[in-house]
Amino acid sequence: MKRLWLASAALWHRELIRFWREKARVAGYVGSPLIFWLVVGAGFGNLSFFFPGALVLTVMFSAVFSTMSIIEDRREGFLLSVLVSPAPRSAIVFGKAKGSATLAWIQGMIFLAFAPLAGFYPNLLQLAAAAGAIFLLAFTFSLLGFWIAWQTESSQGFHAIMNLLLFPLWLVSGAVFSPAGAQSWVRALMAANPLTYGLALLRRSLEAAPPAGTPAAALSLGVSLTVAACLLAACLAAVRKPSRRSAA
Amino acid sequence: MVSVRGLSHAYNSHQALAGVSFEVSRGEIFGVLGPNGSGKSTLFRILSTLMAPASGSASIAGFDTVRSAASVRRNIGVVFQSQSLDRKLTAEENLIAQGYLFGFHGGALKARAADLLRRFHLADRRGDLVETLSGGLRRRLEVAKALLHQPRLLLMDEPSSGLDPAARRDLWLYIEQLSREQGMTVLLTTHILDEAERCGRLLLLHEGRIVAQGAPAELKARIGGDVVVLEVDSPEEAARRLQQRFGVQVRLAAGAVRVETANGHRFVAEAVEALGSQVRSVALHKPTLEDVFLDETGASIHA
Repeated sequence: MKRLWLASAALWHRELIRFWREKARVAGYVGSPLIFWLVVGAGFGNLSFFFPGALVLTVMFSAVFSTMSIIEDRREGFLLSVLVSPAPRSAIVFGKAKGSATLAWIQGMIFLAFAPLAGFYPNLLQLAAAAGAIFLLAFTFSLLGFWIAWQTESSQGFHAIMNLLLFPLWLVSGAVFSPAGAQSWVRALMAANPLTYGLALLRRSLEAAPPAGTPAAALSLGVSLTVAACLLAACLAAVRKPSRRSAA
Repeated sequence: MVSVRGLSHAYNSHQALAGVSFEVSRGEIFGVLGPNGSGKSTLFRILSTLMAPASGSASIAGFDTVRSAASVRRNIGVVFQSQSLDRKLTAEENLIAQGYLFGFHGGALKARAADLLRRFHLADRRGDLVETLSGGLRRRLEVAKALLHQPRLLLMDEPSSGLDPAARRDLWLYIEQLSREQGMTVLLTTHILDEAERCGRLLLLHEGRIVAQGAPAELKARIGGDVVVLEVDSPEEAARRLQQRFGVQVRLAAGAVRVETANGHRFVAEAVEALGSQVRSVALHKPTLEDVFLDETGASIHA
């Protein structure tokens, strides 16, 4: 247990140091959703509706794309020495996912600092709830990124898969339009989309009156936790599978 | 220390290793010499527990590399051909991170890292980011990192590749010192002849099979005498004439013929006499590992 903790802490720490030394990444991940939010929100004359969605976008992309380094790292890089050390394989999942999640969370919290611009003035309790929701989202997307990255051979492939997956998920999560006004088949899609519940969790922690049709808090938390647990199990199974892949 | 029995592995239809068996004793510097695609990398991946073989087995310090992978990992220090250092961390941070992976922490880990940095003459660069270090220093740091947990076997994949001759010599001074002072067992793969020459014992690998095994001097002694290479206008014709006239075995090379003979000096004079003006250059040398490889496989090691 101590071994697992030490090894995953080392990996986590490494992620943070690396991130800190590449400050351009911080600006990039927070900057573009911020611009998106201001432009789209101002265009529709509704900054507050788009705020939680844009925040989710920040967290989502930051979390997923910081797990991408696994692909290169595993073939030639730091992860090789982890793989030939006695550290448990699960330490790779915990270390990397915690690292990516922490970074995505920090960026989400930076984004959250702009809440007053959107007309949100959360109290401490709401702030704590939002912080929790953002962490859960960050962790879940880190696990998703990890799981896909572990089985992908190239960064380009990973980019393609993630863009194909992330954007549709986000579009029908209630980030861009609320379920109340949507066609019934779109509503069904939204109900089946796990991200709908992640976003609802954030909306419910920030907004006194979230848009009509936003899932209830308890249901949202339940679905979000279940999704995270399933992804965690999938990641653990993936790293334990012995490799027979070719050398280069 | 290392025992490999009947190791075979194929990727799809390509047979990378075909029944490889050998032993390495404690304290040896053992080299696996072969061209690219000879199966070296596959062998290395299996020994370093990155991959399970399709058939056969390998054990290190008495532990099976598949069934007891965790015990093997505690006993091996691995230096990969590609960089396994984190470029964005300093030299010291890389060592500390490695220590955590092996369950070390606190003052003991700090002291161990400081000791290694000193022994590898990296102490004055310990706070520098790895990306600012030269290739030679990085490789030295890789070796230091691999030794952090005091393994019994040091496994290195092409340790000199990408290093200039000075950095290569420097690296080998450390390797030889480890072997001499601590009785460290070293197993390395290489395609560089200079590097192979410095190993205590060698295994020559070609297309997944062992073609020869022994100390470098012993392997070269099998050829005996000298090797004569004659650059000629038409190698086929020259080979036929030399064969008829001297009864020696002649190998064809690109634009040249190659003969192994007990008495090179006399042979050179006679061969030039016999071939006349079509000889463009003559070279005489003592057998090298390249010649051994050529003899055993008919292929060049630089292929």
